[in-house]
Amino acid sequence: MTDLTAGPSTVDQIRDDYTAMARRKRVYGGILLILFVAIMAAGFRTADSRNAGSFIEGWHRIFDYPAEVLSEAWEKIAEMPENLFEFFPALIETLNIAAAATLAGTIVGMFLSLMSTRGMAYLPTLIPLFRRISDIFRAIPEIVIALVLIFILGGGPVPAMIAIAIHTAGALGKLFSEVNENASLKPVEGLQSVGANWSQRMYLGVIPQVGPNYVSYALLRFEINIRASAILGFVGAGGLGYELRNAMSWGQGRYDEAAAIFILLFVTIVIVDQISGYLRDRLAHGSEKGASA
Amino acid sequence: MSTLATNLTTAELKAEADRLFSRKRVVNFGLPAMVLVYLVYVFFAFDVPGLAARANWGNGKTLVSDSYSYKTHITRDNRSGEVSAAIEGERKGRYPEGETPDWVSLGETTVIDLEDGHVVRFGPETIEYDIPGYGVVRATPSRSAGVQAELPTDEAPDWINVSKNRLAITTDAGRLTVTRNRSEVFRYFTGWELFWFTLDSPYYGKSFPELVGRAAQGEGGAILNDFWTNKMWRHQDVAWAIFETILMAFLGTLGAAMVALPLAFMATRNFNPMKSVRFATRRVFDFVRGVDALIWTVVLARAFGPGPLTGALAILVTDTGTFGKIFSEALENVDQKQIEGVQSTGANAPQRYRFGVIPQVTPVLLSQLLYFLESNTRSATVIGAITGGGIGLLLTQAIITQKDWEEVAYYIVLIILMVMLMDWFSGWLRKRLIRGETRKKSKLRDPKAKPLLLP
Repeated sequence: MTDLTAGPSTVDQIRDDYTAMARRKRVYGGILLILFVAIMAAGFRTADSRNAGSFIEGWHRIFDYPAEVLSEAWEKIAEMPENLFEFFPALIETLNIAAAATLAGTIVGMFLSLMSTRGMAYLPTLIPLFRRISDIFRAIPEIVIALVLIFILGGGPVPAMIAIAIHTAGALGKLFSEVNENASLKPVEGLQSVGANWSQRMYLGVIPQVGPNYVSYALLRFEINIRASAILGFVGAGGLGYELRNAMSWGQGRYDEAAAIFILLFVTIVIVDQISGYLRDRLAHGSEKGASA
Repeated sequence: MSTLATNLTTAELKAEADRLFSRKRVVNFGLPAMVLVYLVYVFFAFDVPGLAARANWGNGKTLVSDSYSYKTHITRDNRSGEVSAAIEGERKGRYPEGETPDWVSLGETTVIDLEDGHVVRFGPETIEYDIPGYGVVRATPSRSAGVQAELPTDEAPDWINVSKNRLAITTDAGRLTVTRNRSEVFRYFTGWELFWFTLDSPYYGKSFPELVGRAAQGEGGAILNDFWTNKMWRHQDVAWAIFETILMAFLGTLGAAMVALPLAFMATRNFNPMKSVRFATRRVFDFVRGVDALIWTVVLARAFGPGPLTGALAILVTDTGTFGKIFSEALENVDQKQIEGVQSTGANAPQRYRFGVIPQVTPVLLSQLLYFLESNTRSATVIGAITGGGIGLLLTQAIITQKDWEEVAYYIVLIILMVMLMDWFSGWLRKRLIRGETRKKSKLRDPKAKPLLLP
């Protein structure tokens, strides 16, 4: 009997406790919200004060530039097909940079992930080393390597490709090793028991299990890399970004070319996103064909 | 028996197996072959053979050696005979008048000891370089006759470059250049000199224990101030730049989430019955996402000028599209029963959203937000390099000067540390905020469940 009286026994008491708790929670939530809003506001003010032009002065000008570009492009609409055709090689170059970098990054990332997964690593003692390598690769923004390599190798697609490939290798290395963790090790053990060497164990025992996931992530990476390769072009690595900077620095008079480049980039990104989204959907909800790819 | 009792003969069975094997073989060799063919095509499309000719390996060597070493210039003005010393040859690193490093002794003849027996003498008329194992090289610069060089051998070795107006000697110990107007010696040292204090600071060259002792005597503020306002390495500007970059990522990511959440409700089947609005909202998401961050950056930079606000807004606009799509997919998957449960207690619409919907989607939203925070730190570096803000701008500036490679190396290290720190921080926060992360992680990592991650 004493046990019961020790606890909150009456309905009033329970209700009081509950309202007190709810009120406390609401106060904490309110404080957090105020803090959050204050931080955001202070952040925007700081960013605004360190910017060349302020938000208040500039916000109504956001559409001035697009309007200028579009109106000039509209005036010269007859030249648009020609412009699109002219910059098509640059688009191909941007796509090639992204594709080659994704390919190279996937191969290196695959190696890094296999070397950094328990049970699969060729040298288990070096697992932490390979993990750190992929962490560092992943942390390097593409532009850093691209700018340094442009200084050594000169402008062109190769520095951009190497830069994107390094970041891709790190990012995919991490994603792949998470996929590897979920793979069954039994096929690997089976292959080992019949005397298969490391590369045979990996190729015949692991890759068939993880292949669809690998391809899916690589496709996702390809989408991202197209954007990255366009941006790197802007700092001198060839492709669409480079042409865009040239057309823009020329200013008025060549806005039709800038508009053509905008259109090419936009359409490409949307199309690649759609195709890769469709393919990834197929891979995830596995038709049998996808699994053997 | 039944499995063997087919009407196929052994030969036919074998032929079938052979076909299967050959098909597998074609796939196994065909796929790598296709990759190889593509790489060969890219090899020529990118003109890799011509790259060797265009590449400047000298640049690469300077870059690497410069990134971990510094050089001290000892310069003699050949007209006035004055000798001055400066680290990296910059005005900010110049020694005060009449002072030099201890391996240089000023006088009628200035003696510069490059160690290992290498000695350079700046005489009143003649410059001498004593090279062990070779001999003494003499050079007399004059306004009328150029640079008259005397070598101990008839033929100049390839590390000595002689012409009528110029003599350049490059050895392991250092470098000597004599022109008509000035003679200059470079001596290379390992390390980042002046990283802590510049020469005009009283704390330059003091050991760490001594600095601690001085700080204990109440000079701590002055010491910090001298470090903070170091003109050579500009620690204050660098700290601000990193702050700006993180600020861009923070404002962009959170701002995008705040804009995208209400829009995401408009794009879902279960919360918005109006099909036309739903369709329009989704197309807006696709458009904003498809117009790449690069184009948004360019457009916004026209309106706001360079700076962190432009970068933050570019990230905000691009990610609004991405978040809108992810959030609306998460919202379409919410469990209707919980909302009905809340409704049955008499909750009005805002309360239904607050207590029925938000708790269900919060884990997905938060974890996406934190993934993007890390990846946007990297994007902010890149966008900063284009629009001019943050650490990206400092990096491009340092690369454009093409000589401060030690600063480039410093910035690269800082950028990598910054991104890794943000990665660690967002991972830590994710674990703290979302319980059962390990279970959810495998679900989230499923490429289908997270179709849009743009790390």
